[in-house]
Amino acid sequence: ISTLVLAEHEGGSINSSSISSVEAAKCLNEDNSISMLLAGSGPSLQQAATHASLCHPLISQVLVADSDKLMHPLAETWANLVELVHKKGGYTHILASSGSFGKNILPRAAALLDVSPVTDVIEISESCQFVRPIYAGNALCKVKYTGESPCMLTIRSPSFPVPASETRSSAAPITQVDLSTFDEVEKSRFVKRSSQETERPDLGNARIVVTGGRGLKSAENFKMIEKLAEKLDAAVGATRAAVDAGFIPNELQVGQTGKIVAPELYMAFGVSGAIQHVAGMRDSKVIVAVNKDADAPIFQVADYGVVGDLFEIIPELLEKLPEKK
Amino acid sequence: MKIMVAIKRVVDYAVKVRVKPDKSGVEMKNVKMSMNPFCEIALEEALRIREAGLASEVVAVSMGPAQCVDTLRTGLAMGADRAIHVEWSSAERLYPLNVAKLLKALIDDEKPGLLILGKQAIDDDCNQTGQMVAGLLNWPQGTFASKVVLDKEKQTATVDREVDGGIETLCLDLPAVITTDLRLNQPRYATLPNIMKAKSKPIKKVTPEDLNVQIRSDMEVVEVSEPPKRKAGVILSSVDELIDKLKNEARVI
Repeated sequence: ISTLVLAEHEGGSINSSSISSVEAAKCLNEDNSISMLLAGSGPSLQQAATHASLCHPLISQVLVADSDKLMHPLAETWANLVELVHKKGGYTHILASSGSFGKNILPRAAALLDVSPVTDVIEISESCQFVRPIYAGNALCKVKYTGESPCMLTIRSPSFPVPASETRSSAAPITQVDLSTFDEVEKSRFVKRSSQETERPDLGNARIVVTGGRGLKSAENFKMIEKLAEKLDAAVGATRAAVDAGFIPNELQVGQTGKIVAPELYMAFGVSGAIQHVAGMRDSKVIVAVNKDADAPIFQVADYGVVGDLFEIIPELLEKLPEKK
Repeated sequence: MKIMVAIKRVVDYAVKVRVKPDKSGVEMKNVKMSMNPFCEIALEEALRIREAGLASEVVAVSMGPAQCVDTLRTGLAMGADRAIHVEWSSAERLYPLNVAKLLKALIDDEKPGLLILGKQAIDDDCNQTGQMVAGLLNWPQGTFASKVVLDKEKQTATVDREVDGGIETLCLDLPAVITTDLRLNQPRYATLPNIMKAKSKPIKKVTPEDLNVQIRSDMEVVEVSEPPKRKAGVILSSVDELIDKLKNEARVI
């Protein structure tokens, strides 16, 4: 078995969700030669390659595609790159994490290779048998891939956490991908990327997530959630209702169509618990819900519930919670 | 320019699905079926582009058993000009790769300037078909779109995409594939006069054989099961109790 992991990098380091994909690759077979592919251009790519070569003990090779054409992760160029690299490497499996990067690129590459991909894998039982949620997580579907190589998967990274002890002493070899035959007709151009600058932890990887729902009533009130998150060194999340009401940008949405999170502690304030929201947080280790409606479905998934007015409870929490270390 | 929109008939958004006791799938008997919400947004976007004078015709396509015609009628009542039904009633499932190949064959024939699809269907949650058909056609793709601006002169579409951590803007040469996210628009309801009018709009029927596409499957569903239930939690009476539990029982703060 040999696996190609498509990696995302930012600011010179590999995203943790891509390292989770390596962890998932480990579940395919004990005996698995894992190559990590990254693309981009310039010094930050080379820095990321160095990080890739050290980030997980099971990576046997780092492949680097360095070209101005690959400066931005466009699906068109990336899918062609995957096809090119696969033709040379003949992998049995190709994996990417299930974020907007992997979901955009991997199905396109799969079509070029004429295979059916499997999205959102949460469990690997055999090298070709996987479990994935369907109907917003209301059912789990076990599928078997019966086609030709490569078997292509996107991986839900919270389901494959990387143990902290996974370090390696010597770096994996770094190879530059030969792009001499890679001619690209540019049909898609990157214009810009806008994001909210914040010092809070990233929603996808935070240890604690504090989420607000429609119950917050206004963007002004939503600042209480941000304050509480600051105190707990937590990420801020929101329900679709809170996003639609304009309290907070969409990138912080947790749920079926937003981010899937699984932190150690998930605190939901004024969240009713619609199935589409629960789909995005049900794997959290400890769930706390505060809602004034005792019948809110969120209490069915919460470990600790408090029935009450969040406008009294959040200030009390802010006052009584211990200072973060 | 012609716009093609792919629409899927799925279990209604509001239905609480139940897994069948034999684990072969979810209960589909007597369950309300509707157009996939993301596909409604795709169709709405196509209609708005036509209404802005940037497209001349909107063609809705659906694939599956005879009942797909009901979903296509809904699309025609919303405002699509005509529809194509790719008939497929075999027990074998149509996976996204098959759907992408069928769409490609239709596009080779119809030659639209834009294909719009929902980013995912709320039944299998695959989020694949748009990307796959774009790959097969070698067209550029704008997935998870929250804003689409067409430039008729330059023949481009500028697409805002919802990506992890923000919004990405791409400029695509037409023809292109766009998949829709929730914030793109608010789909209209079909009015009664339009529902009546839709009854006389044409729905063309074709089969995969007509399109020279062989349906082969490289995937098997082994079983469908209930997700593990979380154990029942406790209701606490005060903030002090909550802080105590989080500190001393759950040990998370």
